[in-house]
Amino acid sequence: MIQFRIDGRSGVAPYLQLVQQVRHALRLGLLHEGDQLPTVKEVVAQVAINPNTVLKAYRELEYEGLATGRRGVGTFVTKSLVDTSFAAQGPLRHDLERWLAKARRMGLDEDSIRALFEDTFQVLMTEDVA
Amino acid sequence: MTNSIEAVALGKRYRRRWALQDCTVAIPAGRVVGLVGANGAGKTTLMHLIVGLLRPSAGAVTVLGGRPGEGPDQLARVGFLAQDAPLYGTLNVGDHLRLGRHLNPGWDEAAASSRIDGLGFDLRQRAGQLSGGQRAQLALTLAVAKRPELLLLDEPVAGLDPLARREFLQSLMESVAEHHLTVVLSSHLLGDVERVCDYLIVLAAGRVQLAGDVNELLATHRVLTGPRRDPRSLPGDIEVIEEAHTERQSTLIVRTETPIVDPAWTVTELGLEDLVLAYLGQSAAAARPPTSPLNANEGPT
Repeated sequence: MIQFRIDGRSGVAPYLQLVQQVRHALRLGLLHEGDQLPTVKEVVAQVAINPNTVLKAYRELEYEGLATGRRGVGTFVTKSLVDTSFAAQGPLRHDLERWLAKARRMGLDEDSIRALFEDTFQVLMTEDVA
Repeated sequence: MTNSIEAVALGKRYRRRWALQDCTVAIPAGRVVGLVGANGAGKTTLMHLIVGLLRPSAGAVTVLGGRPGEGPDQLARVGFLAQDAPLYGTLNVGDHLRLGRHLNPGWDEAAASSRIDGLGFDLRQRAGQLSGGQRAQLALTLAVAKRPELLLLDEPVAGLDPLARREFLQSLMESVAEHHLTVVLSSHLLGDVERVCDYLIVLAAGRVQLAGDVNELLATHRVLTGPRRDPRSLPGDIEVIEEAHTERQSTLIVRTETPIVDPAWTVTELGLEDLVLAYLGQSAAAARPPTSPLNANEGPT
């Protein structure tokens, strides 16, 4: 069973934090196809958030095809993410490592690299939304 | 969706002073409503009007389709937890449960016992000897076991330490998930409100400054940063809630239904806390003598 936590200061919407934690657990192989996610009541009793937030997160997971809700029973994982994502992550990680090495060679310190990455990431994500 | 609470031009006057004025809100059933505002803004007055502890001086409020405080049926459907978790200090935990059982027609003994067990209470312990967190939990147990459809809590976590606060909110959210309660809670702790509430009402100086679904409110408010300019030059559908200007830069908090396309602005989202503070600041600014917009936030002149 997955244990959720909510970081009130992260700036990430609580429902999205739940979604990300499920995805993360799927990628790490902590959750498998057929596993039941905690009930809404269990989640809110654990992390003290609004029940509708949990429902929203579970709807999002259903929309993404990662889980399915069975009325009166609960929400179940329908897909594993382990194999595909690790395979896909290898080359990406490699690219990122090369990029990081290049940034260091060009004299960027840790903070500058982080700032550059986060700024680019933000801009790209906002463009995707708009 | 039906509304739990509908207030129309609701007001309450104490002698000359209006504690609440022209309050028109409709709160959908099944929501957890955060009622925020400074001390004296009218939060407790609004709650007392909804419960029926006060009669309106103006307007009207309908609660679960009925008039507040009217008859035993209406009283049984609404729960109210007043500030500081009022309990009888010399009575023990078991006495409180007996009181609850005898005073409430819809009393849910199973829910009460399982909560008391879960919290590890000793039935013989006097309420006066309980810690603040335990008192709040006992009071919540009584309020929930009454099985109301609407539960109002007046600053339920004020004065509790962070751990007791978290435990209280866990219990409250568990009850909401289990019994599909509508909850109205007032608090100064905006972090808690952001976590547990999905509907927000901001009160200032006896008036509603803002009311609505939290997600909708967050989706329609943005922070704009850019080269200094007069906010009056913005398109008409953008409402400026807060503005601050330096010599070169303007920072605005705006409400808008349409996306901001002007490339001169850097657009960022804002959290619930900043949103609430902007509206409270706006009402405070309105109470001061007017200044020209571009000087409004440059401090006293």
